[in-house]
Amino acid sequence: MRGMTVIVKTVSSWVKVLIFLYGVYIVVFGHLTPGGGFAGGVVLASSYVLLMLAFGREFVEQDLPLALDSKLDCIGAFAFAMIAILGLVFAGSFFANFLYQKYLPGEPLRLISAGTIPLSNIAIGLKVGASLFLVFFSLSICRRGKGVTFDSPAGQEQE
Amino acid sequence: MSIPLPLFVAIPLAAAFLLPMFGKKGKSAATVLANMVTLSLLVLAIVTIRQYGAYEVGKWSIPLGIILVRDGLSSLLLLAIGVVSSAAMLFSTRYMEQYTAKAKYLSLFLLMVAGMNGVVLSGDIFNLYVFLEIASIASYALVGFGCEHEELEASFKYMVLGSIASTFILFGIALVYGNTGALNMAYISKAIQDSGVNAGLAFALALFVTGFGLKAALVPFHAWLPDAHPSAPAPISAMLSGILIKTLGVYALARMVFNVFGVSVEIGWLLMVLGLSSMVVGAFLALGQWDFKRLLAYSSISQIGYVILGIGLGATLISQQASLAWASLAILGGLFHLVNHAVYKSLLFLTSGSVEMSTGTRQLREMGGLAERMPITRTTCAVASASIAGVPPFSGFWSKLILVVAAVQARLFWVAAIIVFVSLCTLIMYLKIHRYVFLGEVPRSLEHIKENKGSMLVAMVFLACLCVLMGLLVLVPGLRENVLDPAVQVLTDGVKYSADVMGMTIGT
Repeated sequence: MRGMTVIVKTVSSWVKVLIFLYGVYIVVFGHLTPGGGFAGGVVLASSYVLLMLAFGREFVEQDLPLALDSKLDCIGAFAFAMIAILGLVFAGSFFANFLYQKYLPGEPLRLISAGTIPLSNIAIGLKVGASLFLVFFSLSICRRGKGVTFDSPAGQEQE
Repeated sequence: MSIPLPLFVAIPLAAAFLLPMFGKKGKSAATVLANMVTLSLLVLAIVTIRQYGAYEVGKWSIPLGIILVRDGLSSLLLLAIGVVSSAAMLFSTRYMEQYTAKAKYLSLFLLMVAGMNGVVLSGDIFNLYVFLEIASIASYALVGFGCEHEELEASFKYMVLGSIASTFILFGIALVYGNTGALNMAYISKAIQDSGVNAGLAFALALFVTGFGLKAALVPFHAWLPDAHPSAPAPISAMLSGILIKTLGVYALARMVFNVFGVSVEIGWLLMVLGLSSMVVGAFLALGQWDFKRLLAYSSISQIGYVILGIGLGATLISQQASLAWASLAILGGLFHLVNHAVYKSLLFLTSGSVEMSTGTRQLREMGGLAERMPITRTTCAVASASIAGVPPFSGFWSKLILVVAAVQARLFWVAAIIVFVSLCTLIMYLKIHRYVFLGEVPRSLEHIKENKGSMLVAMVFLACLCVLMGLLVLVPGLRENVLDPAVQVLTDGVKYSADVMGMTIGT
C-alpha cells in the first residue's frame, strides 16, 4: 500500500476539504480581509500537497492530472491579463477598475463589491495554487533508484 | 493614431499564457499566432516611433501609481527588440521542430519579449526590476531547453550568476528607496538633484553598475555568457546575444547613470574602462575558440564593449563640460553600434543554427567546404561578418567610424587605436569562421548535407538585408532624426529626464 498509515489517510482526507475551503475563502474575501489571491493560492496548493504526502504521488495524479493543472495555471495568468486588458477597453486605461466606477463600489464587508479586484484575486489564486502545486510535483519526480531518472553518461558526471 | 503603451507588454504576455492551452494538436496554430504577435509588435514599434509620452497604469497618477514612459531611447530599443524577436521567431518556426514541447518554447519566448518590452518602457525602478526578472527567468529556462547535460549545466551557471545580479539590483533599489523615498525614476532623479549623492546612493550606484554589468556581461562579470549563449537553441542565442544583454544590461545601466543619478567624470571613466577591457579581453578569448557558437558568444562580449565605450566616452565628455556635439557623437556611435550589433549578431547566431542543424556539429575543425552546399547561409554569414568586422558599406563600419571620430575629437588617440585594433581582431576571427566552415574541403561525413529551407532562410535574408541597409540610419538625415537622434538626446539631456517625465504626465 502506498502512502502513510490509515490514520493519517483518514484524517487528511477530512482535513483536506477544510483546507481547500479555507483557501477558497481567503481568495474570495481577498479584497475585504487580510490575505488575497497569493496567500489563498498557497493554501489551495497546500491542500493538494497534504493529499500527496498522505496518499502518494500516483493517487493525486488521478485526482488532478498534470495536464489539467498546467492548463489551470495558464488560465489563471491569462484571466489576469484579460482583466487588465478589459480595463483598457472599457475604462480607457490598462488595469483600470472598469466595474468599480459604475456598478460595484467598494463597501466594507460586502462580498460583491470593489469591481475587478475580487476577479483579479481569483485569477491570481488559480495561478498561484496551480503553479505552486506544479513546483511541488516536479520536485517529487526525482527519486532514488526507481521512477524517472535522468540519464547522464557516467564519464561526464565529474566534469 | 494613438496606441496605448501597455499593449507592448500586454500582447505578448496574454499570448504567452494562451499558447500552452493549444496542446499538441494546435501546434501549428500556436506557431502562427506567436509569429503574428512578434510581427505585430514590430509593426507597432515602427508605426508609433515618434509617439512619446507617459502612461499612468490604472489611472493612478505618480508617485502613487506606476507609469510607463516612452521616450527616444525606449523607442529605439523597442524597435530593436521587434526586429530581432520577429526574425528569431520566424527562424524557430522550422528550427524548433527538432525539439519537443514547442508550445512551451513559444510561451517562454513571448514571456521574454514581454519582459524586455517592460524593461524599456518602465518609468518605475521597481517595475523595471520585475520585468527584468520576467525576462531573466524565461531566459534561464530557455537556455536549458534542450535538457542535455551541458545545457542544464550552462543554464544553472547562468541562473546562479543572474540571480546574484538581480539581488545586487534589488539591494540597490532598496537603498535608493531608503535614501530618496521614491521608486519612480523621475522622482528619484529630482530628489538626487535636490540633495546630492550621499554615501548610500553612491553605494547603490556601485550595486547597479555591478548588477547591470553582470546582466550585460562586461568583462570582469562575463563568465556566464560563453556557456549560456552557445548552449541555448540558436534562435534563443540570437535573442540573448542580440538583444537581451543590451536591454537588461546596457539600457538599464545607461538609464540609471545618465537619467537618474546624473553623469560624472568618474562614472564615465569607469564605463570606458569596463568597455575597453570587454573589447580587448573578449576579442582575444574569441580568437582561440574552435566552437562556432562559443566564438560568437565571446565576440558578443567584445562588441558590447564598443557600446559601453561609446556611452562612457559620452558621459565623460558631458561631465567635463567639453563640447556637447562630440559627446552626442560618442553616444550616437554607442547606440548605433547597439542596434547594429543586435542585427548582425543575431544573424550570425541564426546562420550558426542553420549550419548546426544541417551538419549536426558546432566544432569548426569538423566542418569545411559548405559554401557550395549552403549558398544562402554562406552569403548571409558573409554579410554579417563583413558588417561586424567593419567593412565599409555595411552597417558596422559606420558605427565604428563614429566611435573613432569621437575618440579622436576627445583627444584620446589611444582609445581610437584600440577600437581599430579590436576591429582587426574581429576581422581575423570571422575570417577563421569562413575558412573552416565555408571554404576548404568537405569532410566525408558531410557530403550529403543540404541547405535549410523555408522560414529559416526568410529570417536570415531579412536580417542580411537590414545589415546592408542599416548604414542609412545615420546617412539619411530623415531617418536619423526619427530614430537615433531622439535616443541620443535622451542621454545627453541627462537628469532633465525627471522634468520631462513630470511634464508628460501632466499633459496626459
